[in-house]
Amino acid sequence: MRPFSYQRVTDPTAAVQALSAAAAANDALTKAAAQPLAGGTTLIDLMKLDVMRPTAIVDINPLAQGWSAIEPGNDGLRLGALAKMSDVAAHEQIQRHYPVIADSLKLAASAQLRNMATLGGNVMQRTRCSYFRDVSYENCNKRNPGSGCAAMDGVNRMHAVLGASDQCIATYPGDFAQALIALDAMVAITGRSGTRNMPFAELHKAPGNTPEIETTLRPGELISAFSISGRWPRSVYLKARDRQSYEFALSSAAVALDVQNGTVRDARIALGGVATVPWRAREAEAVLKGQKFDDGLAQRVADAAFADARGRRHNSFKIALGKRVVARALQQAVTMEI
Amino acid sequence: MSDQPSSKQSAFDRRAFMAGAAGSALVPITARAAAEDARVSTAQDPSLPVDVTLRVNGKDKRLSIDARTTVLDALREHLKLTGSKKGCDHGQCGACTVLIDDRRVVSCLTLALAAEGQEITTIEGLATDDRLHPMQQAFVDNDAFQCGYCTPGQIMSAVACVKEGHAGSEADIREYMSGNICRCAAYPNIVAAVKQAAPEIMKG
Repeated sequence: MRPFSYQRVTDPTAAVQALSAAAAANDALTKAAAQPLAGGTTLIDLMKLDVMRPTAIVDINPLAQGWSAIEPGNDGLRLGALAKMSDVAAHEQIQRHYPVIADSLKLAASAQLRNMATLGGNVMQRTRCSYFRDVSYENCNKRNPGSGCAAMDGVNRMHAVLGASDQCIATYPGDFAQALIALDAMVAITGRSGTRNMPFAELHKAPGNTPEIETTLRPGELISAFSISGRWPRSVYLKARDRQSYEFALSSAAVALDVQNGTVRDARIALGGVATVPWRAREAEAVLKGQKFDDGLAQRVADAAFADARGRRHNSFKIALGKRVVARALQQAVTMEI
Repeated sequence: MSDQPSSKQSAFDRRAFMAGAAGSALVPITARAAAEDARVSTAQDPSLPVDVTLRVNGKDKRLSIDARTTVLDALREHLKLTGSKKGCDHGQCGACTVLIDDRRVVSCLTLALAAEGQEITTIEGLATDDRLHPMQQAFVDNDAFQCGYCTPGQIMSAVACVKEGHAGSEADIREYMSGNICRCAAYPNIVAAVKQAAPEIMKG
């Protein structure tokens, strides 16, 4: 690990100042000299790997006093960004009214990591692409912009089939973000000029020609909360992976439905493990909405979700797998007792 | 936290820093943070060691360490508490599991500076006098290890697993113990040990 200065901040203003101070105007957040430390499960790992090289660590954990509340209400839900994954997953109201959120968190990482990792850090976690994580590979456009992509012609079994560019095919690895994007969550961002709210769907950026820019957050900005309107008791997070526990998704689906007398009145579908960013499958939702649900419809919805997917040498199986995950998640959501 | 005064030996001294705050743009912010929470260590110059007090197994331990030191390395290399093991050093294997404020975490991804002011419990702090903790005894009774390298992490994780209420069934135990890898694959016996110890731990 490279040397860094360390300071612990006790209020958001100090955090924002400390994080902005070291940043050049056009720094990509991922390359910023000052990085916030929350749970540390991504940052410390990537610093040990020499993938991230901050010179200043700003420990924002004391902000948890104001930023970790779990607040379910009759009209919606607000989650502080420094709430721990484990606490949200174990919250009885979240399990009952937002099972897609509780399960996306419960099925991620390990009990230890969920105790450490925060919601804000979780959505900011970086790809598990092995060529990104291993600095002995020179060519990684995300790590060394302009250097090429070792995954493109490498072993790309784990890589994305949706949202890729000819610069980067790294998969967005998280689970919780799929629940957020499916439920039209808003994200509160605290920066120099106070706090602003924007749709969570606008947080992550597809790689395009700048894979090193992963989100629309700028240096000096912090996620302070997430909010969701309404309740989504008929919702499911289904995750297919190489082993039953403690593994990243090969393919996952976050599904939330409103079903009345067998007819799907509203539908939300998001895909994980298959795309470069948290992926909302709006075309698939359109196929589903207003229809009587049956297995044939589930199949057509799944086909629509992957209509634009593009497989590579080792990851084409994700298209077939992903369709089955979507269809099964829909079946589970329709038949679940609420 | 210890009330002992800061070491005068360290080139980085909080009080000296407070008195002489000047220089970079970061200083006022740091000074302000330090003033609000004076027990927190701050490392301004990465080339200098920083004083930190860690509370480990109920005792305050004063250390002067590199800011990059993890809790795991602080325990093993500075406090000679070598029960917590370094397996992967990347948060993947669970061998370094300790409790911080009664929650299980991987100590290899926790900076020692960030753990200041919190209660760290290691495998060395589990037994009382000469009596093994029920989970330790259950691991012995059930032959829940072969080489033993993962065992301290397994036991710390298992204690938390029970207290979280995640040891109600074998399926739950397997799911909530999945963050602890056993290369010898002693899993069936580990599950049996957790099942045995759970009622006694819940009894308190």
